[in-house]
Amino acid sequence: MSFMYELEALNEEVLYYYLESITVTDVERIVAKERLTNRDYLALLSPAAGTCLELLAQYAHRKSVQYFGHTIQLFTPLYMANYCDNGCIYCGYSYYSDVERVKLNLSDIEAEGRAIRGTGLEHILLLTGESQRHTPLMYIEAAIRKLSPLFSSVNIEIYSLSKEDYSQLVKAGLDGMTMFQETYNPALYEILHPFGPKRNFKKRIDTPEFACQAGVRTVTIGALMGLDEWRLEAYKTGLHVQYLMKHYPYVDLSVSTPRIRPCAVGYTPNYPLKDRELVQYILALRIAFPRLGITISSRESAYMRDHLVHLGVTKMSAGVSTAVGGHTKETAQGESKQFEISDDRSVHDMARMIRKQGYEPIFKDWQLL
Amino acid sequence: MADAFTVRGHTFTSRLLVGTGKFGSHHMMQQAIQASHTDIVTVALRRVGGHESHDNILNYIPEHIHLMPNTSGARSAEEAVRIARMARALGCGTLIKIEVIRDQQYLLPDNQETIKATDILANEGFTVFPYMSPDLMDAKRLVDAGAATVMPLAAPIGSNRGLETKGMIEILIDEIDVPIIVDAGIGKPSEAAEAMELGADAVLVNTAIASSDDSVLMAEAFYHAVIAGRQAYLAKCGAVQRRAVASSPLTGFLRD
Repeated sequence: MSFMYELEALNEEVLYYYLESITVTDVERIVAKERLTNRDYLALLSPAAGTCLELLAQYAHRKSVQYFGHTIQLFTPLYMANYCDNGCIYCGYSYYSDVERVKLNLSDIEAEGRAIRGTGLEHILLLTGESQRHTPLMYIEAAIRKLSPLFSSVNIEIYSLSKEDYSQLVKAGLDGMTMFQETYNPALYEILHPFGPKRNFKKRIDTPEFACQAGVRTVTIGALMGLDEWRLEAYKTGLHVQYLMKHYPYVDLSVSTPRIRPCAVGYTPNYPLKDRELVQYILALRIAFPRLGITISSRESAYMRDHLVHLGVTKMSAGVSTAVGGHTKETAQGESKQFEISDDRSVHDMARMIRKQGYEPIFKDWQLL
Repeated sequence: MADAFTVRGHTFTSRLLVGTGKFGSHHMMQQAIQASHTDIVTVALRRVGGHESHDNILNYIPEHIHLMPNTSGARSAEEAVRIARMARALGCGTLIKIEVIRDQQYLLPDNQETIKATDILANEGFTVFPYMSPDLMDAKRLVDAGAATVMPLAAPIGSNRGLETKGMIEILIDEIDVPIIVDAGIGKPSEAAEAMELGADAVLVNTAIASSDDSVLMAEAFYHAVIAGRQAYLAKCGAVQRRAVASSPLTGFLRD
């Protein structure tokens, strides 16, 4: 069982033909439906749907309020290390990047955790580069054990693990994981990942599934927007969501929609995603998958994030530093960043912005059991 | 107290239970709770407590109101039991609403796991309010396991689809001896009134209030609807006829 087989069965020519065939009338009919099919979701990603964003926004807003209420959950990343064995040509942590390599020890990690905890946040995302040599499973497990007493929910965004490895981390207190496929286009994936363990496309695709099987409670997936043509990336991400929902209905699924940001390796995206297109993608996800979590990171500007509050987003990062040790060490800023963030507002300021819009910032949405 | 609602020795003045999720602010939630005249609110333990510096939802629940923590997020009996014990340890009392959900798409409850959790928690002294898919045999098992009430869903949580399971709920009302509280799916005050007219002992409403444009006004509308429905039930509605029945019968003159 693997989503890979569903992905391989897709005929992209047919999908493009379908996208072009959709009319505004089709979109008007589809948004009013109670349950949408895969093809309906694809139709919402069409150029025709792009001409009626306001209509989509009204439906998406209504569904969001119905299923999630007027709430936005807040979290922040904690960068533990940036050593990486992969050659991803678009990433600031890539093996060949000149970025300064840093790895926090356990007491540094605890200090970072306490600094974050001091802001009121209860949900934390631990990140590393992808290096099993420098940041082995034992290191990740020790960090989770150190931080799980401090936080309601500890999540990771690291290299691919096996089902057994995830099980081990769940026992240590892991609540959630994020795994970006980067691109759902296997040929492009091969070009973008010239070497390193991450080069295995199928393993990457299967990893969220391993986490689901191991009892990880919340799983976030997504493509890195800008690497390939967005409509098909968005569609395939939706199919991946549907596959996981069908096989692992007890897992709390989210999609993150990151756009490529400037970073140390100076990669220029071939398919930069416009603001309107990002919004269309988010609206289509919300309408097609009403209970899906949607995460927006500080890659997006304050202006965009302020306006996305009403459009279906359920989780936002706040008080973000993408530098290793960035929550405690002022000097760490700048040298070890994965990418430049756009929205550097503090947790306090983000919470105030959310409240100002009539929403409740949620700091705690789980109880570690 | 006239027509009080009693569950295992706890007496409640209102037959409207209110959920605390999805509100745009704790302050708005507080106002809606007041407007609903409820005296039981349910709170997800997953949202309770946390860091001292930010707003604790419990601070916004008026003191005279009974707090019923729920086990939202639990995917097994074991998790529900652990959440319930944590709630008690946090000083949230012994009323507990059990929700065990293994389906994140429709949020339908797992009756089997709910029965298991009810058994354990009732034995530990909790007053258990189990949320369930309406099924007569499972409702009986819940009662045997020690449930203080049975809470059948009207429709999936948050769906605002009304009394989709009406026929099954009517069977539970007829056959189950503990109070029946219709939970989840009620989207309009008229649907709450209908559930009460059927003979439900109470209803629980969250999304319909929290997601309306004016939560306070909607809470008040539900307050009136639940009272109207209950009064209609007590007054006993007339029989439903296929044909007209004259108010002044033509044979009324006959004396023998």
